[in-house]
Amino acid sequence: MASQGTAVLHAGDPLGLDALRRRTTLWTVGLGLGLVATVLAGVGIGAVSVPATTVAEVVGHHLLGWPGERTWSAAVDAIVWQVRLPRVLLGVLVGAGLAICGVALQAMVRNVLADPYLLGVNSGASSGAAAAILFGVGAGFAEHALQVTAFLGALAASLLVFLVARSAGRVTSVRILLAGVAVGYALYALTSFLIFASGSAEGARSVMFWLLGSLGLARWGLPLAVVAVVVGGVTLLLTVWGRRLDALAVGDETAHTLGVRPERLRLQLLVAVALCVGVVVSAAGSIGFVGLVVPHLARRAVGGGHVRVVGVAALMGAILLVWADVLARTLFAPQEIPIGIITSLVGAPFLLVLVRRLHATAS
Amino acid sequence: MITASDLSWAYGGARVLDAVSLAAPHGRVLGLIGPNGSGKTTLLRLLHGALSSPTGEVRVDGDRLADLGARDAARRVAVVVQEAGGENAMTVAEMVLLGRGPHLSTFQRTGRDDHAVAADALARVGAAHLAPRSYAGLSGGERQRVLIARALAQQATHLLLDEPTNHLDIRFQHEVLGLVAGLAHEAHRTVVVVLHDLNLAARYCDDLVLLGDGGIVATGAVDDVLQPAVLEPVYGIGVERVETHGELHLLFRPHALIPTRKDLTA
Repeated sequence: MASQGTAVLHAGDPLGLDALRRRTTLWTVGLGLGLVATVLAGVGIGAVSVPATTVAEVVGHHLLGWPGERTWSAAVDAIVWQVRLPRVLLGVLVGAGLAICGVALQAMVRNVLADPYLLGVNSGASSGAAAAILFGVGAGFAEHALQVTAFLGALAASLLVFLVARSAGRVTSVRILLAGVAVGYALYALTSFLIFASGSAEGARSVMFWLLGSLGLARWGLPLAVVAVVVGGVTLLLTVWGRRLDALAVGDETAHTLGVRPERLRLQLLVAVALCVGVVVSAAGSIGFVGLVVPHLARRAVGGGHVRVVGVAALMGAILLVWADVLARTLFAPQEIPIGIITSLVGAPFLLVLVRRLHATAS
Repeated sequence: MITASDLSWAYGGARVLDAVSLAAPHGRVLGLIGPNGSGKTTLLRLLHGALSSPTGEVRVDGDRLADLGARDAARRVAVVVQEAGGENAMTVAEMVLLGRGPHLSTFQRTGRDDHAVAADALARVGAAHLAPRSYAGLSGGERQRVLIARALAQQATHLLLDEPTNHLDIRFQHEVLGLVAGLAHEAHRTVVVVLHDLNLAARYCDDLVLLGDGGIVATGAVDDVLQPAVLEPVYGIGVERVETHGELHLLFRPHALIPTRKDLTA
């Protein structure tokens, strides 16, 4: 009998958990190695191409003081250490951040089409960025003016969503979605108005470029450190909350019966996700589709348990975004195209496949 | 032991339950019955705190449910309710292991003991072979059994079930309710179960609460509640009791209110 066959197959692992764990380890190790290779390649590829071994040596030299002697030119050193590495690292962080926020949001609103921008946070950041680019708002923050004003915009948008979602009592997923979409549209209108009011064609072009996303602002410094701390912290938090996310993803009543207070958890997640999306978007603009697509890839790889999904999604998002950035800066070199164009081009067909599959399971 | 006093609930302006009190003692199965919209599920939700009544209180083993922490409450009260969730990529084993959550601290992973409990729970509902499968790919009946396994894995002293026989075929309806009744009678758990099917209620419940029109119409031992004189006005249908092999069965015959074939052809 077939059922007996499977029983024998799963002897020693009746719940199939060991198999799941092995698969997760395999994916995590594979993606970890992939990420290291991606970073080395991502730093190496460009107008001046640098071999991966040299990249590793430059990084080792600066980080560990080994190798102590420089066998490469000062120009290569500057390209690798000053220009490309911070950019690639920002790509890693932004990709990971968007992916884990997508995971959290899809669990939070129980909708597979949810993405981090549903909260309207990016529209707030856009308004802030437009104000900075077009009207010099936040000039007091000197070189970081753009990031800081964008973050303030994101913060304002999140607060607005938070207050609207909380205002009428129960914080349901529908209410969060409605609040996010409404705030998003309102701030989108504000951004458009700012562009219109400025009357500067060059400024409008800059804002457009920023809206579509770019890692061009990456430098060593405080903004990069802030993104690193926030993305790292939220990844850790979501992993620790993995079981709660599982319960929430099944349903509010189920979560409640399993000792998780769904509304409180949703508010806590709202704060964490808004913060993470806020810093990511402020640093790199609204890069689309990563937060929507990667959670699905991660679940396909290691199943639905969030303890496993969060880390795997972070690695996948990081790799995906670094390669998207490589394409963005090399396809039409020396002209750089916005990275959002690349991620959307890759993401849209994936979305169509997803919709087809959803349709197939529904019928 | 769950005791509830003076519970009420309204959806919008529509009052569903008003001043409802009941007691579900250890070692017995309490059935909540009543027609559609009589508030059975609402009452069950009030009993486990998914809804909180603006009046009165619920006590679990003497402690106010509202004062218990979420996880403490989940260790005492397990609930079986099928939710129309989104696309869920968890395996059956993971789903059942969620029932161990209330017993683990935030940083603790499930261990060998938890796995043994989950495997045992799945075996008891005859679903051990489903463990590595995807939960989303199960039939309604298989899902129902998995959810019951999750509630068993929760190892709570109180078990609340909302229509646990939904989606199950006849044999599994009896197996599941037999299992649940066994938990009450042998393991001395408190069981509260919402049931549509009065014949299942007759066989597996010890006590019944009949709801209708915003409150309790009748309450007491099964034999006292399942009387034609009690049921007929509430359900609006003719009821006949038949006893065979010392068991109670109910037969139903529509009132003339509903036109019969004879009326239509006349």
